Amino acid sequence: MDNQFQAFDPRCKFGSKFFPSPIFTASGCAGSGKELSQFFDLDELGAVVTKSISVKPRSGRATPRMAETPSGMLNSIGLQGPGIDQFLAEDIPWLISNNARVIVSISGETIDEYASLARKLRGVSGISGIEVNISCPNVENRGMVFACDPVASKSVVESVRRNVGGELPIIVKLSPDVTDIVSIAGEVINAGADGLALINTLLGMAIDIDAMRPKLAGKTGGLSGPAIRPVAVRAIYQVHAAFRNIPILGMGGVASGRDALELIMAGASAISIGTANFGDPTSVVRIKKELVDLLKERKFSSVAAAVGVAHEK
Amino acid sequence: MSLINKRAEQRNAEIISNKKVGAYHHMVFAAGDMAAYCRPGNFVAISVGGTGSSMILRRAFAIYRASDRGQYGGTIELVVAPHGQGSRWLTSLEIHDVVNIVGPLGTSFGIPTEPAAALLVGGGYGSAPLFGLAEVLKERGCRVDMVLGASSAGKIYAPLEGKRSVNSLTITTEDGGAGIKGRVTQVLPGLIDKHGSEIIYSCGPMGMLAAINEISSSLGLLHQCAVEEAMACGIGICMTCVIPVKDSSGVIKMTRSCIDGPVMDGAKVIWDSSRKVPQGTWGFNG
Repeated sequence: MDNQFQAFDPRCKFGSKFFPSPIFTASGCAGSGKELSQFFDLDELGAVVTKSISVKPRSGRATPRMAETPSGMLNSIGLQGPGIDQFLAEDIPWLISNNARVIVSISGETIDEYASLARKLRGVSGISGIEVNISCPNVENRGMVFACDPVASKSVVESVRRNVGGELPIIVKLSPDVTDIVSIAGEVINAGADGLALINTLLGMAIDIDAMRPKLAGKTGGLSGPAIRPVAVRAIYQVHAAFRNIPILGMGGVASGRDALELIMAGASAISIGTANFGDPTSVVRIKKELVDLLKERKFSSVAAAVGVAHEK
Repeated sequence: MSLINKRAEQRNAEIISNKKVGAYHHMVFAAGDMAAYCRPGNFVAISVGGTGSSMILRRAFAIYRASDRGQYGGTIELVVAPHGQGSRWLTSLEIHDVVNIVGPLGTSFGIPTEPAAALLVGGGYGSAPLFGLAEVLKERGCRVDMVLGASSAGKIYAPLEGKRSVNSLTITTEDGGAGIKGRVTQVLPGLIDKHGSEIIYSCGPMGMLAAINEISSSLGLLHQCAVEEAMACGIGICMTCVIPVKDSSGVIKMTRSCIDGPVMDGAKVIWDSSRKVPQGTWGFNG
């Protein structure tokens, strides 16, 4: 570690897969990959985590879909997307041909839909993992957010594990809007998750006091950005304390290398960048450099060496 | 590389001029090579609030003019309405201050291949991109007539140099403080008839664009409009700025106004769709 000629190791690992960079994009915050590729090469990333894809095409919700809030924003997209078949035919081949590593995020309304999505992904060559999004707040029926129910969470993950088979790592994305995130994490780990993605957005709302109605057409939306970072740090810290060997893809308001390091010290093995991409299209490149510089300054020889260090003090 | 955002870059730009004009600020930025790729209708997205600001999203501004050579190299000019916290911060900046700009973004106005009679319609600061458009149309031998409307005289942006590139300029104000009392749509049918307009270009509030589209579609005229919808990123990744638009096969899709707009074919837009997704939209899920 003291040898200045020893190369810094930026890798992270989920399941059987190594990723060469600890900085990923967050689901729903990188478009199809094409939009950001004008600003940097996608192989700079550990992986592109795709928008959450559903069985059938979805129009998403009406507009306004966005409201800026202090150090954050509310969104109410409603999982707009082309459906899995078109996505596999168009988006995935483009990403792979542009040297991006790809984690496909999936979202279903029923356990059968998750199973069906997993079957479609089985055997797709070139993808590096699956993110099971069981925590999108912008679904029609909040009661259907699987991540709020330990039994439903477990059933979804078991079904995906069974249908995707073999080697592909499964990362399960959880909601911070629960009473006990550690117990939900425990259920999905028992069901076969290789890693956890923490955290999804928090459910929020803003009202236009002149129009006297909710700012978003969908009334409620997911709160993201630096405003939620302390919630992410708390959730990651709690889950890492309980499950030291399960890698966490940490996210929630990371906008700098300092922020990324904070989540890593809480227990994240890698970091996804979401809302920061909107305000700064080259943020992932900047954050990666800042993070590596900070780790080197602190004499860490790898990203892995810093994971969870805040638990030791 | 992708075709999306294909001319866009992110750079710092120094402010070289900031003047209050009526209700607006005319601002000039030294933008280097970015200026060479700007077309009428394109926009830029600017970070606001400075380091550590609680305003995390960029603000989008239609480009008023762009010039790729001059005393300061390439320059981009904007007309900024200090309506919100972000635009007030921007207009409060001084000469030599530096802002971070992403651009040029979005689609530009289509230019007729043969000379045609064009009517340009702007609402409030929506007039900004129309002057650059008028210059391009003039160079192509088009007849260019312009109508600008606003609630009051101070909100009409019509600089002298802009007026030179149009054959006629009509002003309407809702309070009657300048020009004809009323709205642009009241004078539109008469002007189309008088000037033999064949294509309408518009920029302004969505309600105005919808009303213009009713007139253009009833007369069978082409209508190119620059739409606006609340936008978080400006580069096609956040999916917030969508509006329902018919694609080439007639299927209505929620379409990003940042990369498939802001300039769209008015006949393809499903108007009056704020706060609801039209029935029949591809993948309709309410």
